[in-house]
Amino acid sequence: MKFKSLIITLLASSIFLTIIICIWKILATLQGLSFTNLNFNLNLLLSLGLVITCVFIGKKFNHNLKVFILSLLFTILYTFLNENSPMWFSVGIFLLILFFINKLKKYDLKYLNQDFISEKIVFEFLSLFAIVFFALVILFPFYIMFVTSFKTQTALLINPIDLSIDFSTNIFEIFKSYFVIFKTYDFGRYILTSSYVSIGTVLITLLFAIPAAYAVARLNFFGKTFLSTSILIIYMFPAIVLVIPLYTVFSQLGLRNSVEGLLIVYTATTLPVAIYMLQGYFKSIPKEIEEAGLIDGQNWFGIIIKIIIPLSLPAIASVSLYVFMIAWNEFLFSLMFLDNPKTFTLSRAINHLTGDAETPRQYLMAGSVVVTLPILLIFIYFEKYLVSGLTAGGVKG
Amino acid sequence: MSSTLSIIEKRTAYTLLLPAVCLVFAIILFPIFANVWISFKEVGLKDIRIPEPRAKKIVKNIQDSSCKLKIIYKLRNSSLIQDIREVKFSDKLPKNIEPVNLDKRCEFKSQKIKCFFGNWEAGYRENFEIFVKDVNNDAINSKYVKSNKPDLNGKSNNILLTTDFTFKNFKNVFINNNFVEVLMTTFYFTFFGTLGAILLGIFAAQLVNQKFYGRTFMRSILLFPYVGPVVALAYTWTLLLDPNSGTINSLLINYGVIEKPINLLGQKYLIINILGLELKLRLALTTVIFFEIWRYFPLAFLFILARLQAIPKDLYEAADVDGAGPFRKFFYITLPQITAILSILFMIRFIWNFNKFEDIFLLTGGASGTLTLPISVYQQGFAISNIGMGSAVSIVIVLLLITFMIIYFKLIGKKANEI
Repeated sequence: MKFKSLIITLLASSIFLTIIICIWKILATLQGLSFTNLNFNLNLLLSLGLVITCVFIGKKFNHNLKVFILSLLFTILYTFLNENSPMWFSVGIFLLILFFINKLKKYDLKYLNQDFISEKIVFEFLSLFAIVFFALVILFPFYIMFVTSFKTQTALLINPIDLSIDFSTNIFEIFKSYFVIFKTYDFGRYILTSSYVSIGTVLITLLFAIPAAYAVARLNFFGKTFLSTSILIIYMFPAIVLVIPLYTVFSQLGLRNSVEGLLIVYTATTLPVAIYMLQGYFKSIPKEIEEAGLIDGQNWFGIIIKIIIPLSLPAIASVSLYVFMIAWNEFLFSLMFLDNPKTFTLSRAINHLTGDAETPRQYLMAGSVVVTLPILLIFIYFEKYLVSGLTAGGVKG
Repeated sequence: MSSTLSIIEKRTAYTLLLPAVCLVFAIILFPIFANVWISFKEVGLKDIRIPEPRAKKIVKNIQDSSCKLKIIYKLRNSSLIQDIREVKFSDKLPKNIEPVNLDKRCEFKSQKIKCFFGNWEAGYRENFEIFVKDVNNDAINSKYVKSNKPDLNGKSNNILLTTDFTFKNFKNVFINNNFVEVLMTTFYFTFFGTLGAILLGIFAAQLVNQKFYGRTFMRSILLFPYVGPVVALAYTWTLLLDPNSGTINSLLINYGVIEKPINLLGQKYLIINILGLELKLRLALTTVIFFEIWRYFPLAFLFILARLQAIPKDLYEAADVDGAGPFRKFFYITLPQITAILSILFMIRFIWNFNKFEDIFLLTGGASGTLTLPISVYQQGFAISNIGMGSAVSIVIVLLLITFMIIYFKLIGKKANEI
């Protein structure tokens, strides 16, 4: 029993350490270090040695001293046995090992005698590995997008894996792609169009959705159940089946290439979910408050403006942010309806950039950063509201 | 008394609902029905422009007489394929100016030239000339004459409104265009995309449900792929996977994992040898599915996490007392608690992935074996410019969707309301 859990601890932890060191190495390669071999086996052996020493020393030593000395020792070993590397790389390895040994803190021979300990240990390292895995898989493309936008075409062609930013040149050189997309490709205008369309969609959607949601939530009328189920069903129909009729009708009415046409379509496609989300919240507001309003002689307009809206601001915030996100990120309709560069939204403009195969990739990535950054910042700042919007509207997407 | 109140209530409800219902009807329901209409017609992209009579006005001075002008109208039919019937023309002349030797088709009344041009065939062109003079023999300001714009109108057939129908589109959809292959690709994409997203979502939710340092930060990061604009993310991935100088291929070559770059998005099949068996993997399709999983697992994660946090803690405490390990806890407590939400998620995501257009379109454009039904709508309608065919494919999608929805409501519709 004890032997089994010891082996499992050794293997799980040393594999984990080896993998994070390999990931660190790969990331360092992207900073221009010329490693060509991961030395997986060697690193695994070293990690195994480290874990064994750590477990056998156990609690016989002052903990902090143990962590520090072992980290230093093994960092020197790693650096010595692997290729030559600059100082910052070794410091990274040192910090990784420091963190790792700290995780091993409670493991000694006595601890490994508990029930189910091997399962717990595997679970623990699996969780740690999962954190690293998810963070890497999700952030890596964003990192590449960001870093590529600061490179130059020639540097990228000479060494595509060297993504380090050259800080020795002046600031204008570093931000060159951004200057170019704003000057040559007119991205300032696209940002304005995108903001105008997104904010406009939010306002019109709220204007239409709040009364409708109030009617569905509170009033009795013929066809109410039919309406509330059809809201969800309509919501399920995708944009792609609407696109051809809308394209033909909009061409004949001359609404293509106009921001107004886009506004109408975005509003209509986000209305069902907005009504659905708002009516759920309106139902949770106690009816007595409205009845008090009725006795005070308010009509429905007064009730909505003076009672419902102030009470449901959080729900309205979630709906607004969710609708804003949909409108900002929307691509299909802007692709279909806009061919005139004067009316492009940001998404359409980036798609237009790729239409020309000659467009250097750093401009493309700079454009992508410009369209991604605002929505991510909004998301981080208003996360609470947007998450509840996402959960409610998440059936679609 | 109560009946009048309820009538008022009804009226209020209808007024409140009217704008929203009208808009949704016009932009969502009408197109779905219009699809049925268009799908039975032979319409190309070029046919949908309504032919218009057009005129360009040019004013010329005539030598040695400043009181006379020549006006040339360059008339044309804007369409090269359709006729325009009963073209009418009118233009206003400034005061004191009148035409000389007016064309027989025209008449001059109260400073207006009105002409009746009759029928213009497709691609019709004519240079129509008028001479004008000042009644008092004063000099004419040609800019002033030019400032009026001629007004033209005529009747033409709108191909969308005629009543000749054909089954040709549906015949083509089912017979000519590898319909079975497209359908299978769509199902592969949808099924594996949904399954993968849900599996990854379970892992992520299980992870974030534990306590660790930086947990809220992790939760925000996990939603990034879904919140980011699809255009930016798809192009970033295209650059990452690019065979010539993409980061991933370069890294793999650098570390000697592969010798030649793999075109992950442009190669239809990858042949793998396992124990002498040759397996054909749909490479581009697999890559697209992985992108799909990457982008949409956050949604599954969000739903599952919400459910996980609602599981009573005492269940786990009881399991601790019984001495169950973490894996047992997961399989015997967590999993049974989340199966309901998982089945709902699977159905909803299945319906949505079935309709995914942007992701595949931006990554491969439907090339190298990634042609799904939604991409096929675009290809038929806009790349091949056959609107009728595109509509027919849309109809197929709508029918399949309705089937899925019926299955969904039959299977778990009632459960969905409880959760």
